[in-house]
Amino acid sequence: MIRFIIKRLLALVPVLLAVSVVVFVLLRTGENDPAMSYLRLSGIPPTDDALADARIALGLDRPVLVQYLDWLGRAVRLDFGRSYVTGAPVTDHLLHYLPNTLYLAGVSLFLTLALSLPLGVAAAVWRGKWPDHLTRLLAAVGVSAPSFWLGFLFILIFSVKLGWLPSVGIGGPAHVIMPAFSVALMSMCINMRLLRGGMVAEMSSRHILYARMRGLPPRVIVGKHVLRNSLIPVVTAIGMHVGEILGGAVVAEIVFSWPGVGRYAVSAIYNRDFPVMQCFILMMTVIFVFANLLTDIACAAIDPRIRLDKGGNA
Amino acid sequence: MTALPLSAGRRRDPLLWLALGLLAFLVVLAVFAPVLTPYDPNAIDLDNRLAPFSASHWLGTDHLGRDVLSRLMAGTRVSLGSVLVIAGLVLGTGFVVGSVSGWLGGWVDSLIMRICEAFMTFPTFILAMFLTGVLGRGMTNVVLAIVLTHWAWYARITRGMVQAVKGREYIAAARLAGGSRAGIFTRHIAAPVLNQMLILATLDIGHMLLHVSGLSFLGLGIQPPTPEWGVMISDARPHFWTNPGLVILPGAMILLTVLAFNIPGDRLRDRLDPTLAEGRA
Repeated sequence: MIRFIIKRLLALVPVLLAVSVVVFVLLRTGENDPAMSYLRLSGIPPTDDALADARIALGLDRPVLVQYLDWLGRAVRLDFGRSYVTGAPVTDHLLHYLPNTLYLAGVSLFLTLALSLPLGVAAAVWRGKWPDHLTRLLAAVGVSAPSFWLGFLFILIFSVKLGWLPSVGIGGPAHVIMPAFSVALMSMCINMRLLRGGMVAEMSSRHILYARMRGLPPRVIVGKHVLRNSLIPVVTAIGMHVGEILGGAVVAEIVFSWPGVGRYAVSAIYNRDFPVMQCFILMMTVIFVFANLLTDIACAAIDPRIRLDKGGNA
Repeated sequence: MTALPLSAGRRRDPLLWLALGLLAFLVVLAVFAPVLTPYDPNAIDLDNRLAPFSASHWLGTDHLGRDVLSRLMAGTRVSLGSVLVIAGLVLGTGFVVGSVSGWLGGWVDSLIMRICEAFMTFPTFILAMFLTGVLGRGMTNVVLAIVLTHWAWYARITRGMVQAVKGREYIAAARLAGGSRAGIFTRHIAAPVLNQMLILATLDIGHMLLHVSGLSFLGLGIQPPTPEWGVMISDARPHFWTNPGLVILPGAMILLTVLAFNIPGDRLRDRLDPTLAEGRA
């Protein structure tokens, strides 16, 4: 197991390097000129002299490879430079907002799992009956509704009409319910259907037939034999859901005025504040990559066959 | 899995027919929007701002006095148009790159797959946001951003399919029969793989539409005054407390459109191949 984890950690190095190259290359394609953005956001008139000075100040006059290595070296030390708008160090800003985003995303992930497991099991056990139909309908709507619209709908129902929940900002547990639910719904629905599908397929397999023949009670068969074997694809999907949830959290932060990195990043993207944009995307991607690493490890813990595999890029 | 007779499946599935009907309706709306809209969707009438539902403005007017119904109808054209272009480009790029990778193999294959993996490492929506920052806002750049965030998945699936087909016996037989490389590729490999990929793209259209409207809602996508549904919701935010309908209606249009694509897509997947498109959200 330890060997598996170490192998997986080492495999991350080239992945993260590739990510850094993609970000670096993307930032230097297109018509944008960081020096121009810098001048515009600093309120300096973009004369040729000012532009040349800005290029030197930002290090844009050096060879691309040198720029990349220098950028990478500082990125590894979490130094992304200063915001063109505020002049403050980018990393400090984003790290200040990050806990709020992680809180929202964490609760969303918890809701995703806590709701999808019982609903998925119910749909599989009562296949073709009303729990199955009802969850299928829920899933159809859940994966089709835009999360920001759901957020507004929740505000309208639970804050305006019923007055049960606060509509904006961060605070006690009541504040997180609506944003987290609007973020979680899509992943929850996908997970629920995934679990149902896996369980239904598993139920028709031979060892389940054998367990039935041995006269095991249905609860034991479902809980011990069916569910456990159907969990692997569900656990694998968690990694993917984290990506979806991080994206959803950004949107929910706007709807619910939640003070997270997303709100900060959206205004930075709007202003083309490149240092903030870089830090934001790398931060989110690293979180996403590590979430996938954790789910890989969890899968290996559940299913020994995965551990014995080469552990390469599946 | 169990091969239900197609007709039996149909009779039991009114939802599917509802969705197909809705889809047809939306397509008609999108094609004929300029003729059908009762008002110019961008015509500003400041004397008539935030009007309630009435006989002259069925769904009222927005904060600039623009007719909401006309804007919703025109939005169909913007949304369906952009999302079809995106799906076509994603499919095209992914298919070409994936075929080259799978057909040639060797170092070309390894290089292309490494690039794909790098793109697949990012959370999709976050990468799309970042790209709109790099490329700039507006319709063209949103289309580009979403294509750039989705092509890698298509390339990788295409490559896997091409590789699988390449090793089949009938390809060897075609070669023995003296078929040219190009001929074998187009007739026996590209055609069946493209068919499968087309289905996959259909399944993804709803998801892509959510990305377009999401980015537009954030102000990073399609820009006002274009009557796009995400833009309309974003425009209506300051008036949400007094006129929630301005937020609810465009969102309902997004929901219905995505449903109209997702429900037939789901049924298609269930019927054709349950393992084909599982996984990515």
